[in-house]
Amino acid sequence: MIIDINFVGLILASIMASAVPLILASCGELITERSGVLNLGVEGMMIIGAISGFALMTVTGSLIIAVFGAMLAGVLISTIFAFLTQTLITNHVATGLALTIFGIGISAMIGKNFVGIPGKEFPILFESLKDTIPILSPILFGHSIVFYFAFALPFITNYFLKKTKLGLIVRAVGDSPVSASNQGINVRLVRYMCILYGGAMCGLAGAYLSMIYTPQWIENMTGGRGWIALALVVFSTWNPIKILIGAMIFGGLTIIQFHMQAVGVRIPVQFLTALPYIVTIIVLVVISRDSRKIRLSTPSSLGKSFYKDN
Amino acid sequence: MHKIFIRSFVSSLVLLFTLTVGAVAKDVKAAFVYIGPTGDHGWTYQHDVGRKAVEDAGFKTTYVEGVPESADAERVLRQLANSGHDIIFTTSFGYMNPTNKVAKEFPNVKFEHATGYKREHSNVSTYAARFYEGRTILGTIAGTMTKSNVIGYVASFPIPEVIRGINSFTLAAQKVNPNIKTKIVWAFTWYDPGKEAEAAKALIDQGADVIAQHTDSTAIVQIAEKAGIYAFGQASDMDKFAPKAVLTSVENNWGPYYVDRVKAVANGTWSQKDTWHGIGDGMVVISGLDSQMPADLQSKVKKLQADLASGKVHSFTGPIYDQKGNLMVAEGKTADDGMLAGMMTYVKGVEGDIPN
Repeated sequence: MIIDINFVGLILASIMASAVPLILASCGELITERSGVLNLGVEGMMIIGAISGFALMTVTGSLIIAVFGAMLAGVLISTIFAFLTQTLITNHVATGLALTIFGIGISAMIGKNFVGIPGKEFPILFESLKDTIPILSPILFGHSIVFYFAFALPFITNYFLKKTKLGLIVRAVGDSPVSASNQGINVRLVRYMCILYGGAMCGLAGAYLSMIYTPQWIENMTGGRGWIALALVVFSTWNPIKILIGAMIFGGLTIIQFHMQAVGVRIPVQFLTALPYIVTIIVLVVISRDSRKIRLSTPSSLGKSFYKDN
Repeated sequence: MHKIFIRSFVSSLVLLFTLTVGAVAKDVKAAFVYIGPTGDHGWTYQHDVGRKAVEDAGFKTTYVEGVPESADAERVLRQLANSGHDIIFTTSFGYMNPTNKVAKEFPNVKFEHATGYKREHSNVSTYAARFYEGRTILGTIAGTMTKSNVIGYVASFPIPEVIRGINSFTLAAQKVNPNIKTKIVWAFTWYDPGKEAEAAKALIDQGADVIAQHTDSTAIVQIAEKAGIYAFGQASDMDKFAPKAVLTSVENNWGPYYVDRVKAVANGTWSQKDTWHGIGDGMVVISGLDSQMPADLQSKVKKLQADLASGKVHSFTGPIYDQKGNLMVAEGKTADDGMLAGMMTYVKGVEGDIPN
């Protein structure tokens, strides 16, 4: 079997393209979780973003309106979650699950009129440089703006959390809301903002799927990517840089089976299809070997409601 | 009190009776069960075009879309049979067993199962189209238009229907270009744009510059459009989804058959049969040819189309060898329908193994 050098670049590029929605959603959820809120509604927010983006693109014809509209839709649906969990102090897990079910249902309802309509072409950047450098150029050039944003996001998130005052506040709220509150931080406001930000990123991740990755709308098109994004946050032990690695592994696993088939590697297809799940188990085992590390890096008040009793 | 109850009971029975009898005598109701959404612009979309033809012919129709090939199918069928439908079209291979099972429970309802082979009860007919004839034309075009000599093919499930298509496509492509290789990627789905797109990308990365598909969504032609290569529409004319990439489409034209069968029920002439129609009977239609195709190729394709329709050319004409070089069809012979219906081996020139 001969593997062309450029071929490696091409595979890497398509793996990266499939990792984009995972990175966006995970980085959004990471900020939410760092503030102590566990939002299991990622899948629901993503699918709402997917249909909103596609519908706005079809109706208005403007890609910019569609992308920002999808983010806004993510913000709006996460506002419901924020209101319920922060103002009405409902249980995070139950509310998040409800959000996912709600999102899948309502997106299917809105989407009824948008099935089978061709999407619009999304502009790609640096197309002319696509054939300049072997291996690297398919990775570096010829992608949408969302792609570049997604790969910058983990670093931005890391910088935000570790080097900025706001990042410190978010972490403080997630680790000890009582102390933060005593320092005069408005815990509820910070958590609201973090939830809305998470919603915006999930909305963008959904829009990437329906507008750029496979430009069309189909019911349930997120196909469980929201759940993988949630798992990635745990895998990464709440470290944005590790999300990047995890997303590449998961993105790769969904793609690599087709490439192996095309190359002619004779592995039973059923095994290749099962591979992502097998790897999930392996990664979980490896991570949970060091339970102290997990405990140290988990936001201490994750999933716990905060009451300000004064 | 008692009297009133009996009276209302009897009158409602009479009402029910007249309603049902009236419905049967007055007009025939047809139902359609679809695997995908009617907006898939592929398989299900074309069946729905056929359904609309039945409506236009003056019959009442209903449809249920997105029915999984599982116990759900049985429930849907039973419900349709119970609610006064006289003929039910089940339009996916996986509905084969549910169709036969429910047909046994409702001997007065006619069942028509697409692409299957089981007719266990006298009220079950089967029908299919000779899509492989269309794929002979696609293969001819692909073999001529390819520059890399690598042709990609996104397949769905390893069943005879799909294998037959791959073989027919490859044989035709080899005829015009002996150097071509057909690379197959199995997506293990009929309709999942995300997966289909990834399969197509993998083939493009492998150097394929023409891609054929045996899955139903428009994702593959859209990917081909983006990559600047050629593709073919599946089941319906997919030209508007990828005007540069789509060279032509093989359309499934079910309307005439559907109208025919529903009329047969209305006239009381319906009887069990097994229909397998091709280009000649108009069940398989080739869409308009793209202007990017050279003029001599266009005329060649048109002639091939006419010859396939008249029966002068058969998609599987010997000598045909399998991958190991064993003779499948002898020189001058053509494969019979029995062989076609059970075809589970690749011909020479197809790369890889059939997954089991």
